[in-house]
Amino acid sequence: MGLFILRRLGVMLLTALCLTFIVFWLTNLYPNLEKLAKTQGNFRMSDEAVTSYLTDRGYLQPLPVKFGQWLGVLPGWETVRDDGEVFGRCFAAGTPEEARPTRCGVLQGDWGFSTVFKEDVAPTVLTRLALTGKLMLGVLLLMVPSALIVGVLAGMKEGSKLDRSLSTFSIATTATPEYVSGVIFIAVLASSKYGLSPLLNEWGVIDSKTLFLGSATSAMADANFWNFFLPVLTISLYGMGYIARMTRASMTEVMTAQYIRTARLKGVKFSDIVLKHALRNALIAPFTVIMLQIPWLLNGVVIVETLFNYKGFGWLLVQAASNNDIELLLAVSVVSVIVVLVTQLISDIGYVYLNPRIRIS
Amino acid sequence: MEPLTWTGALSGLNIVFYTVVGLLALAIVLQILAALLPSTGGTASVNPDGTMTASPGFSGLIGSAVAWLFYATLALILVYLVGGIFLGPEAGIFGGMAQQFLPVWIALIVTFALSITYKRRLGLYGKLFDSTVGMIGFAIVMFWVFTGVFGGVFDLLVTHDSLSQVSGMKNKLPGTPLRGAEEGDYPWFLLGGDNLARDVFSRLIKGSWVVVKIAPFATLFAFMVGITLGLPAGYYGGKLDTLLSFLANLILAFPVILLFYLLVTPEIVLTGIPNYMALFLFSFPLIFAAILLNSRYYTQPSFRTPLLVVVLGVGLWLYLSMVTTDGAIVATNTYVIPGIPPFLDLFDIDPGILVVFVSVVFVNSPTVFRIVRGLAMDIKTRDYVAAAQTRGEGPWYIMLWEILPNARGPLIVDFCLRIGYTTILLGTLGFFGLGLESESPDWGSTINAGRRLLSLYPHAAIAPALALLSLVLGLNLLADGLREESLRD
Repeated sequence: MGLFILRRLGVMLLTALCLTFIVFWLTNLYPNLEKLAKTQGNFRMSDEAVTSYLTDRGYLQPLPVKFGQWLGVLPGWETVRDDGEVFGRCFAAGTPEEARPTRCGVLQGDWGFSTVFKEDVAPTVLTRLALTGKLMLGVLLLMVPSALIVGVLAGMKEGSKLDRSLSTFSIATTATPEYVSGVIFIAVLASSKYGLSPLLNEWGVIDSKTLFLGSATSAMADANFWNFFLPVLTISLYGMGYIARMTRASMTEVMTAQYIRTARLKGVKFSDIVLKHALRNALIAPFTVIMLQIPWLLNGVVIVETLFNYKGFGWLLVQAASNNDIELLLAVSVVSVIVVLVTQLISDIGYVYLNPRIRIS
Repeated sequence: MEPLTWTGALSGLNIVFYTVVGLLALAIVLQILAALLPSTGGTASVNPDGTMTASPGFSGLIGSAVAWLFYATLALILVYLVGGIFLGPEAGIFGGMAQQFLPVWIALIVTFALSITYKRRLGLYGKLFDSTVGMIGFAIVMFWVFTGVFGGVFDLLVTHDSLSQVSGMKNKLPGTPLRGAEEGDYPWFLLGGDNLARDVFSRLIKGSWVVVKIAPFATLFAFMVGITLGLPAGYYGGKLDTLLSFLANLILAFPVILLFYLLVTPEIVLTGIPNYMALFLFSFPLIFAAILLNSRYYTQPSFRTPLLVVVLGVGLWLYLSMVTTDGAIVATNTYVIPGIPPFLDLFDIDPGILVVFVSVVFVNSPTVFRIVRGLAMDIKTRDYVAAAQTRGEGPWYIMLWEILPNARGPLIVDFCLRIGYTTILLGTLGFFGLGLESESPDWGSTINAGRRLLSLYPHAAIAPALALLSLVLGLNLLADGLREESLRD
C-alpha cells in the first residue's frame, strides 16, 4: 500500500510538471506576451517598445530557462538599465547587492507577482480559494445527501413509479448545465419583476422584494440563505444527477444480491433490509463517483462565480486567463491540477478501504 | 397594432390547461407518496376459472388517473399546436411560432411515419421506436436538427434577419408589434427583442444551426481519435498503453475551462496552433479508414488497391480542403505553409469556428479513448477473439472487425450522450465569449449577452437557455432509449 501511494505520488508530480509546462508554453507564446505588454504598458506601443518591455522583464529568454526560473532551479534574470539601475526577477530596483537572492521560484516558496492585481500570487490565490472553499462546502452539503437519497430511493425498487420519476429527474438535472439553470433560477426566483418573487411579495409571504438575491457578491463577507442558496443550488443540481444515477445503479445491483433475497424470505421488514443490509454495500461505488465529481465541480464553480459575481477561485481563473497573467494562471492551474489528482488518489485509496473484496498486492 | 398575448384566440383553453396540468402534478406527487407507503393493494379473489383477480387499490387508481391526465395534457398541447398552425398569430405567440415551425412539423411527421412503418427492417434505429422515452428524445433532437437545417441553410422559419437591429425594439417583451413595419415584414417580434434590438426568435433558430453543424461532427472526430488510439492501447497493453493513458489523463486533469481560455483566444489563432491541431486531429478519420479497409481486404490486392486509392484520394482531398484556408495550411505573420490551390479548395472553415471545433474535439477525445480502451480490454478475452487469433488474423483486423463491432452498443449510447456534452461545451464557450464572434447567434453567446439584464428582461436569455436544455435533454433521453433497446438483445 505504501509503495502504491508512493508511485501514485510520483505520477502526480510528473503530471503536474507536464501540465504546468504546457500552461507555461501557451501563455508564453509571442502574441500572448505582446498582449500582456500592451495591457501593462499601453495599447499604442510600437513593436520596438513591446520588445524592449519584454526583454527588460526577462520574457524573451528561451522557454526552458524561463520555466526553470519559475520553478526556482535556475537563477533569476537580472537587467541593467542604461542609467545603471539594476533589477531582476527576485528583487526590485534599488535593492542592495547583498540582499539580492539568486533563485526565487516555486521551490523557494515564491509564486511570483500577479500583473493584474499588482499583488503577490500566493496570498491572492489563498484568499480566493478560501471563498470558493465556502461555496464548495455548501455544494457538498447539499449535493451529496440529496443525490444519495434520490439514488437510494430510486434503486430500492427497480422499475417502480418512484424509480421512473426520480430517474427522469436525474436525467433532467444532468442535461441542465449551470449557465442554463442559473439563468432560469435568477429569472424565476430572484427577479423583482417576473417569476415568483412579485407574487410572493404581494401575498405577503416574503418581506424583501425578491425571494433570493441574484448576486452573491455580498455572500463573500457574510453568507446567508438569501444570498448564498442560488449559487449553491445551481452547482449542486448539475452534479447531482450523475451521482444519483450511479447510486441508483449500485443500489439496484445490491438489491438483486442473494443475501438480500435471503433477508426478504426470512421476513425482514423492507425498511430494515434497505437501511441495515443494502445501504452500506450500495454506497461504496458512489463514494468513488463523488470524489471524481469534485474536479468537475470546478468547472461549475467558474461558471457560477461568473454568473453570480462571486469573487472566488473561478473568478480568479477567468481574470488571470483573460489578462494573460502568467504567474497567477500557473498558480491557479497548479491548484486545480492538485485538486484533480488528490481526489483521484483519495478515491482509489478509499475504494480499497471501503471494499474488502479488493486488496492491492 | 396590439401586442400579442401568449395564446391569443385560444385563451379560453388556458384555464382548462392549467387545471389539467395542476391535477397531473398533484397526481404524480400522490403516486410517488403512495409508492413509499407499503402496498395497500386490494384483496385478491379467485375466479371460477382458476385465475386470480385483484382490485387495483389506491395506487392503481392513481396510476390510471396519471395516465389519463397525461393524455389530456398531450391532447391540449396538440390543440394549441394545430390551432396555432391554422390561426397563426391570431392564436398568440405560441400560435405564431407553431405556424412558423410548419416545415419542421411536416418533416417530423414524415420521419416518424416512415420510421414506424419500416421499423422492423431498420435494426437498432428501428428498435428505438419501441421505447417511449427513446421516441420522445428522438423527436426533440430531430426537432432541433430540422430547425437548424431549415432555418440555417434554407432561411425558412425565421421572421427577421438575425443580425439587423430595428430601432425602437430594444428589450421589448415577447409579442411586441414591429415598429414601422412595412409591407412584407413579419409584423411582430414573437419572442421580443434583445438588448441590441434584434429579434430573439430568429436568433434562436439561427443559433440552433451553429450547434447542429458543429456538435455532431466534433463528436464524430473525437470518436475517430478515441477509437484509433484506444483500440491498440487496450488490445496491446504494455508500454503503448501506459504512454497513451498518461497523455489522456494529462488532458483530463486540465479543468476544461482553463484549457478553453488557453486555446480559444485570438492570440492563439495568430500562432497557428489550431491549424496544427486540426492537421493532427483531422488525419485520424483518414488513418482509420485506411486501416479499416486494408486489414479486411489485404488478401485480395486486386480489389484492395483500387478501393484504397479511391477512398484515400477522396478522403485526402476532403482533408486538405478542410485544413487549407486561402491556399495555406498554416499562415502566421512570419511564415506560411502552403496547402492546395484555392480552385481545388472545396470549402473554407472560418478560423473562429475551426479553433472552437478543434478544442472541443481535443477535450472530448481522451474520454472516448478511455471508454474504447476499457471495452477493448474487456472484449479481447472473449472466445471469438481467440478464434480469430488462431485463424491467424492480423491484430488490426481483430481490433476493427472483431472487437469494434461488438463494442458498438455502449459506443452508440455514449455517442448520443457526448453530442449533448459537446453542446454544453459549445454553450460554455459562448457563455465566456470565447471563439465565436460576439454577434454570433449561438445559444451560449446569446445567454451571455442576455444575462446582464436578467432580472429586468429575462426573455432574451431564457429562450436560448430553454432551447439548449431541451436539446441536451432530448439527447439524454435518446441515449437512455438506445441503451434500453440495445440491452434487450
